[in-house]
Amino acid sequence: MAEATEKPRSPIESGTPDPFPHLHPTLRRNFGLWRYHDRPQPGVLHHVGETGEEVWTVRVGTQRQMDLATVRKLCDIADAHADGYMRFTIRSTVEITVDEERKVQPLMDALREAGFPVGGTGPAVKMISHTQGWLHCDIPATDASGVVKALMDELYDEFTQENMPNKVHITTSCCQINCGGQGDIAVNIQHTKPPKIQHDLVGDQCERPSVVARCPVAAIRPAMVNGKPTLEVDETKCIACGACYPPCPPMQINDPEHSRLAIWVGGSHSNARSMPSFHKMVVAGLPNNPPRWPEVAEHVKKILYAYRDNARDYERVGEWIDRVGWRRFFELTGLPFTKHHIENWDGSRYKLNTSAHLRF
Amino acid sequence: MSDNTYDTPRLDELESGPWPSFVTGLKRQAADNPMLDGVLGQLEHSYKDRTGYWKGGTVGVYGYGCGIIPRFTELKDDDGNPFYPEAHEFHTMRVVPPAGMHYSTQLLRDICDIWERHGSGLMALHGQTGDIMLQGVTADNVQACFDELNEYGLDLGGAGPAVRTGMSCVGAARCEQSCCNEQKIHRLLVNNFLDDLHRPSLPYKFKFKVSGCANDCMNSIERSDFAVIGTWRDEIQVDQSEVQAYVQEKGRKHTIDNVVSRCPSGSLSLNDDDTLEIDNSSCVRCMHCINVMSKALSPGKDRGVTILAGGKRTLRVGDMFGTVVVPFLPLRDDSDYQRILELAQEFVDFFAENALEHERLGEMIERIGLPSFLEGVGLEVDPNMIREPRSISYVRTDDWDEEAEKWYRRQQMASEQAS
Repeated sequence: MAEATEKPRSPIESGTPDPFPHLHPTLRRNFGLWRYHDRPQPGVLHHVGETGEEVWTVRVGTQRQMDLATVRKLCDIADAHADGYMRFTIRSTVEITVDEERKVQPLMDALREAGFPVGGTGPAVKMISHTQGWLHCDIPATDASGVVKALMDELYDEFTQENMPNKVHITTSCCQINCGGQGDIAVNIQHTKPPKIQHDLVGDQCERPSVVARCPVAAIRPAMVNGKPTLEVDETKCIACGACYPPCPPMQINDPEHSRLAIWVGGSHSNARSMPSFHKMVVAGLPNNPPRWPEVAEHVKKILYAYRDNARDYERVGEWIDRVGWRRFFELTGLPFTKHHIENWDGSRYKLNTSAHLRF
Repeated sequence: MSDNTYDTPRLDELESGPWPSFVTGLKRQAADNPMLDGVLGQLEHSYKDRTGYWKGGTVGVYGYGCGIIPRFTELKDDDGNPFYPEAHEFHTMRVVPPAGMHYSTQLLRDICDIWERHGSGLMALHGQTGDIMLQGVTADNVQACFDELNEYGLDLGGAGPAVRTGMSCVGAARCEQSCCNEQKIHRLLVNNFLDDLHRPSLPYKFKFKVSGCANDCMNSIERSDFAVIGTWRDEIQVDQSEVQAYVQEKGRKHTIDNVVSRCPSGSLSLNDDDTLEIDNSSCVRCMHCINVMSKALSPGKDRGVTILAGGKRTLRVGDMFGTVVVPFLPLRDDSDYQRILELAQEFVDFFAENALEHERLGEMIERIGLPSFLEGVGLEVDPNMIREPRSISYVRTDDWDEEAEKWYRRQQMASEQAS
């Protein structure tokens, strides 16, 4: 830290850097002039510009949480094979672009040799978008990187090949805020019990009115316990969402046993064909079982392969279910249908079947 | 590796298997950096107890109100001594990457070098908001690390109730579907709100994301308060000989099943000579046919953007998609780009003045109703903003004639402008 007497340096508020100096020269020359693309093989995109220039892009998976040697290794490979440029996708895969077809194979070989899986293009399982978990978050009920590593080990071939009807986005989240995002298949923490309150700490650590305001079902109210101001929870109203925990850590929501994992399906951001859709809960109550969460992997694969074997080309998971119906989904996956699948939140009526359209 | 201080039998199990292992990386880095040794110990502890052990606090740099995510260990003995003293502090620095996450290796190497001098060497590329996450620095080293990054040309990202780091897709740099200059819009928006990005003073977070087409690779509709999506309003460009070549190669059944009948608005028809007929007035610009027949079809020439407001994740009323507030904004020259910025300013100002504490833009709009929001930011209603008109009759319509007159007047102005 600077000495108190020293005048501190004022920051240069430069914001988002210009990407142009960091673009491969062929991308710079063809900016806004691309004509079409195809995929010569899994993991490789081939773009052709109006200018007649072409580029080949190799996509590889990473562990997202990277040490310096890993980042420098990627740089070494990009320097040796691709003129020293790369980009990252929103799902933490790396794209390295070359300007000649003959450079593709050596680049792929070098990446594979260094342990980076080539894939994630077209109708494949993409890298799982995820959160921080136990590694760095202050409110996680489970890990993120570990769940992803364990799942991607199981789904490795589905990343490196293009065997799905359409792309499959999987996401994971370690609390019910669900930072991982919408997914064709989403693995999210689902708390099942109200927070455990350390009443002697609430008064000092929490701004009580804002915690009361944070509760989506108005289940929290001010209280006095042992002569100290605190908060109490109406446990019959509480939906165990955990929204009170971040602003008030003494209201512990995470529980090694009772914070379980749930799997949701049919979320999609894209507007292609159908409008964007939220994922829907299909199974809950899976144990939070590090280091490899085998029950989660088993259920994800069950859903993934039912989709692979039954959906038509270009159908995303949600579109497949829209066509065959939820009854058939539960039949094909062997998952139980319970009262918890029926929405009872705002607007729930719009999610009920108000027709005589039925499937048997 | 025997170099590490703490036994990590559970984490060790994540070193096997074909996918790159973050544990192997952590261990490698921990050999040079004691902080990560402690982090490995604490993470193993979490794996054993199935409990997280970090808590927040206050750490920052001079001049900014956010950008550092403080983490202190909660694992301490009765005397307050941490179980893993090396990881007593494990703060993250959010650093803004170039728009579109394009990097020269020089930039990445320089970031690595700076980070090696001041921090743990661990980094996430990237966090869900779109920041470079430099994970693992002590409060004492934060300022020096920031100074060096900042002198180099990098800046800290947003956190808390602030404008956040934005995101834009690969876009015009390497995608034929791009309908706008995504990076220009991204930088124009975020870099004009740096005061709100570095000094959290809004009711809650505010995110910008830019996707060049309706494939929305940046998840902007679901994940941003202000989603900008490239589109067009004239006709899809068709190269009929390429359509015929596609049908020749893939077959008629394939073309009908995978292109024609997958059109959500029933706007496509395959002619007897294997050319494609498109009803552009019904087309919703979903991108499917253009995605599938990348050589034959392209977005139209009259391009611009759609703006959707109010997307957000779960906390606290459940997820919300953004909804259309500007159906089409043409992007012909710089004054059009300035118009996006003016709108963003209106939105942020209205949000700052009218949202409740910890309320996102989408929640605020739901509370006050879309018409009130549109009035507040000076936008006119449009049928593209709704799926269908109201179906409940409980509404006061005593100013119907005035409202209808506004519509007619706008229609007339539009036709005068067009002629």
